[in-house]
Amino acid sequence: MLYAMCFALFMLGLYCAVVKKNMVKIVLGIVIMEYAVNLFLILLGFRTDAVAPIVDRQFLETGADGMTVTGAFLRQAVDPLPQALVLTSIVISLGTLALMISVCIRIYGKYGTFDITEIRRLKG
Amino acid sequence: MNVPLPVFVMVPLMAAFVLPLFGVKGKSAATALANAVTIALLVLAVLAAVHLADVRTADNPNPREVYEVGRHAIPLGINMVLDGLSCLLLLTISVVAAAAMTFSIRYMEQYTAKSKYLSLFLLMVAGMNGVVLSGDIFNLFVFLEIASIASYALVGFGCEHEELEACFKYMVLGTIASAFILFGIGLVYGNTGSLNMAYIARSIRSSGVNPGLAFALALFVAGFGLKAALVPFHAWLPDAHPSAPAPISAMLSGVLIKSLGVYALARVVFNVFGVWPAIAWVLIALGVASMVIGVFLAVGQWDFKRLLAYHSISQMGYVVLGIGLGALILARGGSTAWASLAILAGLFHLVNHAVFKSLLFLASGSVEMATGTRQLKKMGGLALKMPLTRTTATIASAAIAGVPPFNGFWSKLVLVIAAAQAHFYGLAAVTVLVSLVTLISFLKVQRYVFLGELPDHLKQTRDNGGSMFAASAFLAALCVLMGLLLLIPALRANVLDPAVAALTAGIDYAALAKDI
Repeated sequence: MLYAMCFALFMLGLYCAVVKKNMVKIVLGIVIMEYAVNLFLILLGFRTDAVAPIVDRQFLETGADGMTVTGAFLRQAVDPLPQALVLTSIVISLGTLALMISVCIRIYGKYGTFDITEIRRLKG
Repeated sequence: MNVPLPVFVMVPLMAAFVLPLFGVKGKSAATALANAVTIALLVLAVLAAVHLADVRTADNPNPREVYEVGRHAIPLGINMVLDGLSCLLLLTISVVAAAAMTFSIRYMEQYTAKSKYLSLFLLMVAGMNGVVLSGDIFNLFVFLEIASIASYALVGFGCEHEELEACFKYMVLGTIASAFILFGIGLVYGNTGSLNMAYIARSIRSSGVNPGLAFALALFVAGFGLKAALVPFHAWLPDAHPSAPAPISAMLSGVLIKSLGVYALARVVFNVFGVWPAIAWVLIALGVASMVIGVFLAVGQWDFKRLLAYHSISQMGYVVLGIGLGALILARGGSTAWASLAILAGLFHLVNHAVFKSLLFLASGSVEMATGTRQLKKMGGLALKMPLTRTTATIASAAIAGVPPFNGFWSKLVLVIAAAQAHFYGLAAVTVLVSLVTLISFLKVQRYVFLGELPDHLKQTRDNGGSMFAASAFLAALCVLMGLLLLIPALRANVLDPAVAALTAGIDYAALAKDI
């Protein structure tokens, strides 16, 4: 269910980016798409009633090959990797967003409009 | 010599952050540093290729060098892999980057903020080197974004009406492609529990492809197809490539669409998911559509750089067609030798296209700088005024049109032979036809730019010598000599064959993840 809603959000963003005429709305559509992907990545690591993936002393046991974490911890903890991925992806989308918004401002300065149907010097 | 792989990313990345500090006064120092970096990268890439050729033996036709970042073994840590295909792309990127950077010394004097330009240029090179070396699919995405963001900024570098418009269009489509790719990566991680490409290949080999993974592959084809500007994903390319400064057009058309698009697509399809007939047909369809539609759109163009940009789409079609044909033969369980021949044609054309298309873009930049226009109808008779540019441009035009003995001829010849051997006579005919149309379109360029009558306003035109000619001459020499890569067995065995072997080995890429 959550995954389906996440996918619906992605498609909503894609629709917005493809159909809208206003440049700022296109940028917003792209941002929504990126948020949907981030949400999806977080959902991959999600578990109900889980603990944070930080190894405490109580989760360590001494086995045949030295100190290892207990199986109970592995069954309980959320997956930390998607969280690291989402952080990276947020930083990347921030960079893209900043560049897109600044290009929008420059285009507004040159053309005096945000409407992409009026920004049409390139053709062929 | 064994070159540590992170060097290829670290050196340009660090230089990119140092360069803006030079400011306006240290412009010549910044230029010298940036040139030193690209030339050093070229030397390092050659050393890495020599090392890989040393490792290669008859028993081990597909050598791989692995660098484990932080010494965490696969699949725990991030790793970088240098195999034949990565090595071929690394060499191509370094050659084109060195030539484009040399060309920029003089050409970029017309723009302000040269040190920022150099910084973005090196950032793009760092991103591309990272993409081809990465053995980890999320890392590949991060490097792809580094290269893409730098290229968005470079397309809009002139900050004029057309450039900003093209930049916005490119950026929107590029970001949508990135979102697709990231979504695909999420699906792959959810289904296999790993981000390491070798380990993913291993899980897919043992458990097969489920609907989630198939959807991820579809997202990858759309995402990387957008980055590679294959028809029907090509809409941004004819705007973006002509708007960039000429050396950047050369980099974008020459290597960016290849390393971010075709390389990533081939790696994912062949080495991670493994080939099966449906995906091979998709590749062939994309290739043929790009080839035919691209070339017919190109013939009608009157803007020099726009014409070249449409030809990029068409020539990328050849590359994808070659690779797709190889995939189809492999997927049907046909002879590996014929599959290798088709893939060889695709990859060889990829390298050739990088050389001649960047040379053509450099020539168009030289003409634009001398005459101040890109409109073919406003030019004419420049053969006498610009003999150096004319010579290099003619060599490149002959190469792209497939005139013997230039490099383009050999790759197209191999592709036609491979298509005929696989009994796709129709495809072989289409390949030859597209090549003829390309020839017509470049005869038009010759006729309107270099021959005909010299208009009055161009009487004072001067040729561009110095660094701009040096860069063009270097690429033109490669155009003439690269046929030898195919004809001399020793060169072919050490440069092209390992790259082909890396793809035909297919899902054996999983062997990298030995133990867990």
